[in-house]
Amino acid sequence: MSALNTAPCKSPADLQERVAAALFREAEAIANRATKVTEEEDSRALRYLERKLDDFLTSRRTGFLLMTALLAFIFWLTLVGTNYPSEALARLFSWGEKQILAFLGGLNAPLWLQGILVEGIYRTVSWVVAVMLPPMAIFFSLFALLEDVGYLPRVAFNLDRLFRATGAHGKQALTMAMGFGCNAVGVTACRIIEAPRERLLAILTNVFTPCNGRLPTLMALAALFAGGGLAASLLLCALVLGGCAITLGVCYLLSRTFLKGLPSYFVLELPPFRKPQVGRVLLRSLLDRTALVLVRAVTVAAPAGALLWVLSASGLAAKAAAALDPLARVMGLDGFILLAFVLGWPANEIVLPVLLACYLSAGTMVEAESLAGLKAVLEEHGWTHLTALCYMLFSLLHFPCGTTLVTIYRETGSLRWVCWAVLIPLATACLACTLVAQLARALGLVTSLFT
Amino acid sequence: MSRLPPGQKAEVRRLLGEGPLKFRLLDLGFVPGTTVEAVRRSPLGDPVAFCVRGALVALRSKDADLVLVEVLPGDQRRGACP
Repeated sequence: MSALNTAPCKSPADLQERVAAALFREAEAIANRATKVTEEEDSRALRYLERKLDDFLTSRRTGFLLMTALLAFIFWLTLVGTNYPSEALARLFSWGEKQILAFLGGLNAPLWLQGILVEGIYRTVSWVVAVMLPPMAIFFSLFALLEDVGYLPRVAFNLDRLFRATGAHGKQALTMAMGFGCNAVGVTACRIIEAPRERLLAILTNVFTPCNGRLPTLMALAALFAGGGLAASLLLCALVLGGCAITLGVCYLLSRTFLKGLPSYFVLELPPFRKPQVGRVLLRSLLDRTALVLVRAVTVAAPAGALLWVLSASGLAAKAAAALDPLARVMGLDGFILLAFVLGWPANEIVLPVLLACYLSAGTMVEAESLAGLKAVLEEHGWTHLTALCYMLFSLLHFPCGTTLVTIYRETGSLRWVCWAVLIPLATACLACTLVAQLARALGLVTSLFT
Repeated sequence: MSRLPPGQKAEVRRLLGEGPLKFRLLDLGFVPGTTVEAVRRSPLGDPVAFCVRGALVALRSKDADLVLVEVLPGDQRRGACP
């Protein structure tokens, strides 16, 4: 450390530098007085190991491969882990439905009341809990573990070059990772990006990361589309990577049109790896997710279920679906699917339950718990591989849910950006689905899901 | 500083530029007299992670260019960074 510089300052900048240097000198002196560093063999070996691990995680050859493999592995674990709790919950709810029906029958309740309570509210809520909750809780816990270890900053480090090329910021990778949990949280997380232009890019494109409310739907459909667990997790991985590619593409276009500007600076600290507190992380994320899903099931799914039953019973749902049908067919979907996305706008996890409720009220099926039931319902309504693929694409790319839009308004303070936050993904989703549907039809690739 | 190969240590001499980035760099401890080490490049070559005062900090090369350093001779063993 050089001796104290007492020469007169040449400029304000020079002064800044000297003040900072003096502060650090003082801090270092205090730290040296107060602490003693002992070099133990163990900690040396550990640090060497950490360094090797970091080399491996961020190397030119294995960095990207490892990221993809890790993502696929997490999807696979979630898919495999979901089966049992989902089946158990579905059986429980199906038993509960019989009890409630028997009870209402005993009271001589009018048919419309039975309809609203059971076919409307109870079924929608039980679908949300049985199909959505297990994958949400499992995926969220696994991701929380990954975060606890300290891997996520490494992802931002690996990907910054790509984001820079599109005019965005490397920390956007972190906000996208938060988006897996919930897009509203991802949008709030964009505060870590200091530059306003790059922050706005991250906010507008966060929806292209499938949130916890959409992943279970994507998983269920991927399992139907691809069959087994491994193939389904690879398909999911491809979808998510496709979402990332679209994020980069949209950032690139925005950087050259509405949000012109030069990239600002990038400073990212790579914290040392930590041993994850497995028990605590698992318990907290499981409880967090369960509580969240149950609260949302009551506040959003239950009223939506009731509304839907009224719409179906009055024939309005079928009329609306028929009106949307021609447009939906162009995109490889059907009118009920588009209607479900519109009705599910308050929360993404109710889209698939709403769709099933629509189908059930229009068809003859009465019971649709579990994945096998899902398959049968979709089959009855003429789903093909193309329908499943387009549904997944639309779900991945479509407009943000109500909560996320409110958050976007809070973060940007402007309705204009909220409109863009709806229009950009919506246009992307329509375009992608139309392209895929037209291409598949032109090539004659439309096959039934179940043959 | 962006031209340091991984594993190379150097001493900070001066900081160029001004504005928020310079403040940020000073806050992180890139002050004249500090020893820094280029630790590793990201898979696509940029950014580079530097060890400064025991912390690992990633900077894009354009930003690292603001820090002028003098290469330290001799000891090329890997330092105390994670």
